[in-house]
Amino acid sequence: MAAVMSDHAHGDHHGPTGLMRWITTTNHKDIGTMYLVFSFIMFLSGGVMALTIRAELFQPGLQVVQPEFFNQLTTMHGLVMVFGAIMPAFVGFANWQIPLMIGACDMAFARMNNWSFWLLPPAATLLIGSFFVPGGATAAGWTLYAPLSVQMGMGMDMAIFAIHIMGVSSIMGAINIVVTILNMRAPGMTMMKMPLFCWTWLITAYLLIAVMPVLAGAVTMVLTDRHFGTSFFSAAGGGDPVMYQHIFWFFGHPEVYIMILPAFGIISQIIPTFARKPLFGYASMVYATASIAILSFSVWAHHMFTTGMPAVGQLFFMYATMLIAVPTGVKVFNWVATMWRGSMTFETPMLFAVGFIFVFTMGGFTGLICAIAPIDIQVQDTYYVVAHFHYVLVAGSLFALFAGAYYWLPKWTGHMPDERIGKLHFWCSIVFFNITFFPMHFLGLAGMPRRIPDYALQFADFNMLASIGAFGFGLSQLIFLAAVVKCVRGGEKAAARAWEGAEGLEWTVPSPAPHHTFEEAPVVK
Amino acid sequence: MGLASRHAVAVFLMLTSPALLAQSRYNLQPPATGIAAQIYDMHTLMLLICLFIFVIVFGVMFWAVIHHRKSKGAVAAHFHENTAVEIAWTVIPILILLGMAWPATRTVLEMKDTRDPDITIKATGYQWKWGYDYLQGEGQGIRFVSNLSTPREQVEGKAAKGEHYLVEVDNPVVVPAGKKIRVLTTAADVIHSWWLPAFGVKQDAIPGFIRDAWFRADQEGVYRGNCAELCGKDHGFMPIEVHVVSQEAYTKWVADRQAAMAAAASAGAREWAFAELVEHGAKVFAANCVACHQADGKGLPPAFPPLDGSKVVLGDAAGQIEVVLKGRPGTPMAAFGALLSDADIAAVITYTRNTWSNKTGEAIQPSQIAAARGK
Repeated sequence: MAAVMSDHAHGDHHGPTGLMRWITTTNHKDIGTMYLVFSFIMFLSGGVMALTIRAELFQPGLQVVQPEFFNQLTTMHGLVMVFGAIMPAFVGFANWQIPLMIGACDMAFARMNNWSFWLLPPAATLLIGSFFVPGGATAAGWTLYAPLSVQMGMGMDMAIFAIHIMGVSSIMGAINIVVTILNMRAPGMTMMKMPLFCWTWLITAYLLIAVMPVLAGAVTMVLTDRHFGTSFFSAAGGGDPVMYQHIFWFFGHPEVYIMILPAFGIISQIIPTFARKPLFGYASMVYATASIAILSFSVWAHHMFTTGMPAVGQLFFMYATMLIAVPTGVKVFNWVATMWRGSMTFETPMLFAVGFIFVFTMGGFTGLICAIAPIDIQVQDTYYVVAHFHYVLVAGSLFALFAGAYYWLPKWTGHMPDERIGKLHFWCSIVFFNITFFPMHFLGLAGMPRRIPDYALQFADFNMLASIGAFGFGLSQLIFLAAVVKCVRGGEKAAARAWEGAEGLEWTVPSPAPHHTFEEAPVVK
Repeated sequence: MGLASRHAVAVFLMLTSPALLAQSRYNLQPPATGIAAQIYDMHTLMLLICLFIFVIVFGVMFWAVIHHRKSKGAVAAHFHENTAVEIAWTVIPILILLGMAWPATRTVLEMKDTRDPDITIKATGYQWKWGYDYLQGEGQGIRFVSNLSTPREQVEGKAAKGEHYLVEVDNPVVVPAGKKIRVLTTAADVIHSWWLPAFGVKQDAIPGFIRDAWFRADQEGVYRGNCAELCGKDHGFMPIEVHVVSQEAYTKWVADRQAAMAAAASAGAREWAFAELVEHGAKVFAANCVACHQADGKGLPPAFPPLDGSKVVLGDAAGQIEVVLKGRPGTPMAAFGALLSDADIAAVITYTRNTWSNKTGEAIQPSQIAAARGK
C-alpha cells in the first residue's frame, strides 16, 4: 500500500497517459470507470441477443433464426447479462464508491484490483468469440445443465473457461472489498455507522467468495465429463444428472442475491437523500440483508421442484424460500417509511429508486407465488418464471444501477446529469419494461414453456406485444448512453454536495472527485 | 395500440369478474384433475393476498409521493426507527406465510402419493419425441413413439398454421376417464420434462433414473402439453397429447393397438422387397431422423452429421445397424433399437443407403436387424 501510494503522492494523476494509463492503473476510480464501461458494452451485446430472440418470437413459425441458434442466443443472453453486465457493473460501483464512502484513499489491494478488471475482457472475448467456432456457442441454457451441456461443441469449453476467469476476477474483487471495508474505514466510522451500500456490498462479497468456487467446480466437472471420461453427471457411469443441478443452484441462488443486495444498498442511499430524512430502520436493514444472505444458502432446491425430490425435501425448500419474503418485506417497508413524511423531490435518481421499489416488489410477489411448490410445478420453466426474474433483475438490479449512475454521475464527472434526458429515460424504461414483461406472466400461466423458438397459436398476441415492448425498451437504453455522454462532456457544474439532501463522506470531496481522495483519513464523529 | 388497449380491458375484466377467470387466457389452464384444481385455487388465493398487500403498501407509498413533496411545502420529519412498528411488520408477514403454507403442504403430500394406480405408463424422453410403455393395468404391453405431427411447411411459413400448431402428435397417449394413472418418467439422452398443464403434472424425465407422478382426469377430452426442460435443438417441438376417453372407448383402443402391434411383429418375420423397404423407410426417416439429418441428408454439421456420402452409411451394413440400434452415447443420436421395430429399422437403413447420392443397391432385411439385436 505505502509503495503504491508514494508513486503518486500528491494531487492529480502523474502516471503513464493514453492507453497505458488504463492498462497500468491502480486507481480505484479509473478501475471503477473501466468496470462500468465494460459492463455497459456487455449490456448492449446481451441486449442485441435479447432483441434477436424477441424478433424470432414476434410471431409463430420460424422466421429470423433457426432453433439451434435460438438456443445459443438465450444461453448467451443469460451468461452475458449475469456475468458480463450486472455483476461487473456493481463491482464498478463498489470500486468508485466504497473508498469514497468510508474515507479510504483507495482499495486495499490496488494492483490486484487492476488484475481483477483486466481478466474480464479476455473472458468476454472467449465467451462472445464462441459464436464463431464450429458448432457455435453453447446452447445448453445459462444454467448449463448436464447432460445437455456434455453434448455441446467447443463453444461450451470456451464458455467454461470464460466462467473460470470471470470467477477468479469476482473472487479477487470480493476479497478486495472485504479487506477494504474491514480495515480501511475512517477513524470513528464504526461498522454500524457505515453507509448501507457498504454493508450490502460487504455481505455480497462474502457470498461471492462462498459460491463462485462452487460454480467453478460444477463447470469443471462438466469439462471433465466432456473430455476426460469422468461420469459425474452420467448415470451410466455411476453419476447423477440431478447432482449438477444441486451444485449449480447452490451457487445459483446466492448468485441471485449477489445481483440484488448491492441494488438494495444503492436504493437505501438514494431514498433518504431525496426524502431529506434519515433512512428508517438502519439496523433492521443490516440485519435483513444478513438474513437474506444466510437464508440464500438453504433455498437452492426451489429451482428443482420438478426434478422429483421427496415430499420432505419439497416442503423444507418451500418453507425456507417463503421465509425470505420476511426480510425482503422489511426492506420495502423501511423504504416506504423513509419516504413517509419526508420532503421529497423527484430528480432522475429518485424516480428510478421509486420505480425500483414499485416494480421490484411485483417481482417479489411472483417470487413468493413461485415459492409455493405446487404452484411452482405449474409455472416452472414457463414464461411466468421468465417474467419473475426479469422483474427482479431488470426492474430490480438494472433500475438500481441506473438510479445509482444518475445519483453519483455528478461526483464522477463534475456535472449534473440532464434532468430532461434522464426523466425521458426513466419513463421510457418503465413503460416499455412493463409492456415487455407483464404479458409474460399470462403466457406462463397459460402454458407457454420458456426457451422455445416457436409456439402454439394461442400465445401469439402476447408474444407480439412483448416483442414490441422489448424493442422499445432496448432503444430506450440509448437514451441512457446519451445522458451519460452529455454529462461527461459538460453541463451544470456540480457542487461537492451535488444533491441537497445527500449525506456521507463522498459528498465532502469536490466534484468531480480528484484523482486521489482522503490521502489523510477524515474523522467521523 | 389497439392490441394494448384490448389487453388492458381484458386484464381489467379478469380482475373484476371471477366468472371470466375460468376460460381466460390470462390464467392457469382450466384444471382437469383434482390436483390441478387445488393448484388453481391456491394460485388465486395467493394472488388476492399479494394484491391486498400490494394495495396497502403502495397506497401508503403513493400517498407519500403525492403529499410529502418539497414542492407542496412538506417539511421532513426526523424519526428513523420505531421498534413496535418494526416488530409488527416482521411478525404479521410470518403469520400470513403460515396461512399460505398450510394448503400448499396438503397439496404437496397429495401430489406425491402415487400409490395404487389403475394404470402405469412409462414416458421416456428422447431428443425430440416421447416414447410410451403401458407397464401395468389394462393395456399392459402397449408401446409406441409419439412424434410432433405438425408438418414442417407450417413451421417454415409455407402453409397455413393449423388449430393445434405444435401441440399435436401422431400417436397420442390414451387413458380412461376417472382412473388413477401413474406416469413414470425417464429419458434416454438428456433431461426432458413431461408436462400437462391441465393435469397439474410436470415431472422431469432424467436419463438413468425413474421418477413418478400421477393424475386422475374425470372429464373426457383432449389435453395438450409440452416438454418443459430445455433438451436441445427441437425442445420446442416435442409436445404431449393425452386423450381421456370413456372406459369402452379405451378397451377398444387397447384391442386395436394390440392388433397393430401383432401385425408389426409379423412384418418383421417376413422377407421385404427392395422398393417396399425404401418406401417404408422414407416414412420412418421423416418421423424419426429428419429433424437432425435433414431431408436432403446433409445434416447440420458439426452437431448433426450428414448421411449423404457418410462413411458409416456407405460402409459395412453391420456398422450402420450397430449405430442405429445402440446410438452414439454423449450425442443426440438415440439408441433406436428401443424405439423402432426390426422392420422400421431395416427399412430406414435401406432408405439411407439408397437415397441422395448414396446408391449401394443393398436391401437390409428385418431378419438382419433381429440377428444384430441378438449379439
